[in-house]
Amino acid sequence: MAYGEKLIDHYENPRNIGSMDKNAQDVGTGLVGAPACGDVMKLQIKVSPEGIIEDAKFKTFGCGSAIASSSLVTEWVKGKTVDQAETIKNTEIAQYLALPPVKIHCSVLAEDAIKAAIADYRKKAGKVAHAAADEPAKVAAE
Amino acid sequence: MSKANIQLPIYLDYQATTPTDPRVVEEMLPYFTTKFGNPHSRSHSFGWEAEQGVEHAREQVAALIGANEKEVIFTSGATESNNLAIKGVARFYKDKRNEIVTVVTEHKCVLDACRHLQEEEGFKVTYLAVQQNGIVDLEHLRQAVTDKTALVSVMAVNNEIGVIQPLKEIAAIAHEKGAFFHTDAAQAAGKIPLDVEDMHIDLMSISAHKMYGPKGVGALYVRRKPRVRLHALIHGGGQERGMRSGTLPTPLIVGFGKAAEIARLEMAKDNERIRMLSDRLFNGINNELKDVVLNGDRAQRIPGNLNLSFSYVEGESLMMGIRDIAVSSGSACTSASLEPSYVLRALGVEEEMAHTSIRLGIGRFTTEAEIDYTVETVVKHVKKLREMSPLWELVQEGVDLKSIQWSDH
Repeated sequence: MAYGEKLIDHYENPRNIGSMDKNAQDVGTGLVGAPACGDVMKLQIKVSPEGIIEDAKFKTFGCGSAIASSSLVTEWVKGKTVDQAETIKNTEIAQYLALPPVKIHCSVLAEDAIKAAIADYRKKAGKVAHAAADEPAKVAAE
Repeated sequence: MSKANIQLPIYLDYQATTPTDPRVVEEMLPYFTTKFGNPHSRSHSFGWEAEQGVEHAREQVAALIGANEKEVIFTSGATESNNLAIKGVARFYKDKRNEIVTVVTEHKCVLDACRHLQEEEGFKVTYLAVQQNGIVDLEHLRQAVTDKTALVSVMAVNNEIGVIQPLKEIAAIAHEKGAFFHTDAAQAAGKIPLDVEDMHIDLMSISAHKMYGPKGVGALYVRRKPRVRLHALIHGGGQERGMRSGTLPTPLIVGFGKAAEIARLEMAKDNERIRMLSDRLFNGINNELKDVVLNGDRAQRIPGNLNLSFSYVEGESLMMGIRDIAVSSGSACTSASLEPSYVLRALGVEEEMAHTSIRLGIGRFTTEAEIDYTVETVVKHVKKLREMSPLWELVQEGVDLKSIQWSDH
């Protein structure tokens, strides 16, 4: 199948590959997908005290479309607030990369990855806030 | 390494098809223009000339498999041959025997023909599992064949993993119960020695384009002594002893014959070269990368097929990286199904490993320089993709991937 230019560019020159300390309080990690399904994405965001995503990193096991989708979202989330990043839709990713129908699930996974990273960050931030307020950490943050 | 002496893209997909050998094309050309007659025309020299070409080709194909030329039926290819053998024999003998035994790793056309007979025509079909190395367990086969079995159909060489089945032993088991033995030899003819007499094969499918002949032509060997009978699939003028009507495509058949002759004469020489290249490719990759697994039996295989799983690297992403090398993927993400290869799954290869598989096919026109370039390119891209693989990272950290609760999607 023929791939679009933007997709090839993100596959060949993936942005923001790497890992951050998953135990850091300001880092949220999302690990989604399954090896048996042929794609696994790990997406991490680093959030400033003001709630802005300062940095994003990813690692992906999956086809070229999956790699490109995750590379693209790391670019998109940077500089956004957590709330803004949460509104990124898989359809925007699929449209930008011109994913063929059979590859739409790759963009869905990328959206899931951001949501999972944000949820992880909020959970940690919530715990910090609760701890500061002298409340028990087990209270759900969400 | 310099790219000076290689031309890109490199073709390493010889199981999908092969280029037509220039000597074959040469032989075919006159049959398009001057010797264009209908080989079934009896009343003039145009017909006789074409018929001579066809009959000579029939002898050449027969010689490759140790058959008599009268036992060779020309078809449009291995898919038709497999359909004709399976449906033709099953339908002819159905009153006495209504069972078929085949194997789960067969080519789709064999499985689909069997499924049709099972679902639409009431035959009982047994699909035998294979061992972890891809080879049929002869004891299981013995238990599956009964005195109601009309046909045992087992491929000679598997298209995905290249393993060679023990044909002679399988034939003996089929014959113990009076069943016929058919083998799909599309990937075997011209690559391993085949002798229908020595191996006691009753029906054999061959394809021309897998052995440097043209596309669109193949053959079915049908034994005469003891006679195997079958119902035709295509009716008409009664050509090919009534088993396959239709005007024969003389140029294609002449090319097929020439390809068979070249294969017979040069098989040993070709195989020696291909084995050398195959070892060079396999060792070259393994010297640089760990966690590369060869799928299918190590020894019982044709050297031209290397099906490798590059752990923690998804096959399609690797194919995209090495896209100036034409290969095929076991991950099947390229197909619409998104299911990993059923052949690899049948070997017990786990789904995550099946997703990391690439089939590298080496053939007559592969060069050493192409292999060296391939080793270098594959190694480079696997390293790059592992660096960006979360699975590789987890494993390097000592995490057991099975301990993780993966989400489904």
